[in-house]
Amino acid sequence: MTSTLEPLLHGDTDGTSLSDAELAAVRADFPLLERTLRDDRPLVYLDSGATSQKPEVVLDAEQDFYVRRNAAVHRGAHQLAEEATAAFEDARARVAGLVGASPGELVWTSNATAAVNLVAYAMSNASLGRGGEPARRFALRPGDEIVVTEAEHHANLVPWQELAARTGATLRWIGVHDDGRLRVEDLATVVTDRTRVLAFTHASNVTGAVTPVEAFVARAREVGALTVLDACQSVPHLPVDLPALGVDFAVFSGHKMYGPTGVGALYGRRELLEAMPPVTTGGSMVEVVTMEATTYAPPPQRFEAGTQMVSQAVALGAAAQYLGELGMPAVAAHERHLAGLLLDAVASVPGVRVLGPTQNVDRLATVSFVVDGVHAHDVGQVLDDAGVAVRVGHHCAQPLHRRLGVAASARASAGVYTTDGDVAAFREALAGVRAFFGLTDTTDGRPA
Amino acid sequence: MSTAMEQLYQQVILDHAKYPHGRGLPADATAVGVATADHGSCAATSHQVNPTCGDEITLHVDVDTTGAAPVLRGVAWDGQGCSISQASTSVLHDLVVGQDLATVDRLAASFRELMQSQGAGLGDDVAEDALGDATAFTGVSRYAARVKCALLGWVALNDALILSGARTTEDA
Repeated sequence: MTSTLEPLLHGDTDGTSLSDAELAAVRADFPLLERTLRDDRPLVYLDSGATSQKPEVVLDAEQDFYVRRNAAVHRGAHQLAEEATAAFEDARARVAGLVGASPGELVWTSNATAAVNLVAYAMSNASLGRGGEPARRFALRPGDEIVVTEAEHHANLVPWQELAARTGATLRWIGVHDDGRLRVEDLATVVTDRTRVLAFTHASNVTGAVTPVEAFVARAREVGALTVLDACQSVPHLPVDLPALGVDFAVFSGHKMYGPTGVGALYGRRELLEAMPPVTTGGSMVEVVTMEATTYAPPPQRFEAGTQMVSQAVALGAAAQYLGELGMPAVAAHERHLAGLLLDAVASVPGVRVLGPTQNVDRLATVSFVVDGVHAHDVGQVLDDAGVAVRVGHHCAQPLHRRLGVAASARASAGVYTTDGDVAAFREALAGVRAFFGLTDTTDGRPA
Repeated sequence: MSTAMEQLYQQVILDHAKYPHGRGLPADATAVGVATADHGSCAATSHQVNPTCGDEITLHVDVDTTGAAPVLRGVAWDGQGCSISQASTSVLHDLVVGQDLATVDRLAASFRELMQSQGAGLGDDVAEDALGDATAFTGVSRYAARVKCALLGWVALNDALILSGARTTEDA
């Protein structure tokens, strides 16, 4: 794990962080951050890994669509329909642009989970012969292998377990080290000529560890396996250029990148999307329909059956534009600074242990931790009492928690609007947790 | 720390969490989901998980069926989880062991009602007196996310009683 974030960067790579004035302006863009909680406590929102708050431009874009441009897209010849279609497709171009893709490579899905399932079910359909000869590259049969990692969110694990069960393929996985980093050195033995799919996370939603994507892609190419990247945690926080990373497919969700819920995206290399059979079928995804048979529209429409989440897509386009204007290198630099502060904060409190890399290298400002003698739920409750919102539980990654020897953890995760003051408030609340539950610490910093 | 926190984590809850009662499954506890019945007794074990946080409780019941009304002779449990789920199961143990099943059901219904009260309590002194230490969980009912923690052991108790055959309907 000697790589740095540099290979992930594109465009402006100087990584100049946000100035104090810029950060204040960012915070002013997010109306919810101004609210107070019970007992008039200010909100310290450290749960952006679960879902981000939304800037006003995103809220306005969704409202503006309904107030001024609402009509059915991709049908109807009236002016309103044309304007609605333009807004919908403009949003696609903006979101695709943020990740270096062309609009034709970006399929709207209801969320990232749906995007993973779309690929898995398309492979299922190909395995049944759907899509004909071009789709044979997606077909699985007994003896084939699907490889995931032990660090996956359930959304990038369970669909592959199910695909394996449907096709007779075998599921294997890359393990993790004690610090939560993936065992990249096992790629050579786990990923073999039998591997047809290599699905892995770009950044762990638990440990914050960033995957050296190039090593995974290189090994997959050696054996001719398709790569599927879970980019949910990377796209909102790092500059991401999916074509440059060389993955075949990638998924990400709108609501974690300052957009609305109800919309996510599947990126697929154009030639793959062209060859992939549809999954959800019906209106809007067809060319010619007779009573006997149907031919399908080219991608991305082939994978967008039925009325789409138009207003959410438009709003996600506004979120992508917002991030683009801030500049992802600046966002990443700001959050790298926060990651250091969060790691220092957790390290400074006796009896608290980080799950994941403790060095601020190749990691996000997502820090999961356990407090000796206090269950994560109780930790979260004490932090909540101080207005500090963190995630508690297994964060939809039970196998990773099991591997790291705990049932649950608490997680502080930053966003572009997170401040040094937020981390200080978190640290102060965390320092009171063990005392509240009657656990004392000795003066040398070790739990008593 | 706020008053709300002190009401949530009352000393009695912290004490039960630290020194739980009835914890530790006997070597002869039945496997989860398997009931045993002898002349005059029946037993079963239930395993319950809170999928949002991974908390787990395995709870074993032993029912004496010799008399006119079946009596819950023993409750033993093991588990891992937050202080609320562990303390609640400990208090459950103290409340229900030695009670006839009709009383157990009444207590379970009262506790469930308490957990739905959003901090208001039962407004019924007799029912609250019967709940004893369990009324300390009134503050928990203010926090919707924690109600499941407090109920985990009670769900296991109800399930184990059904599994054991001592009671055939989910009437608790």
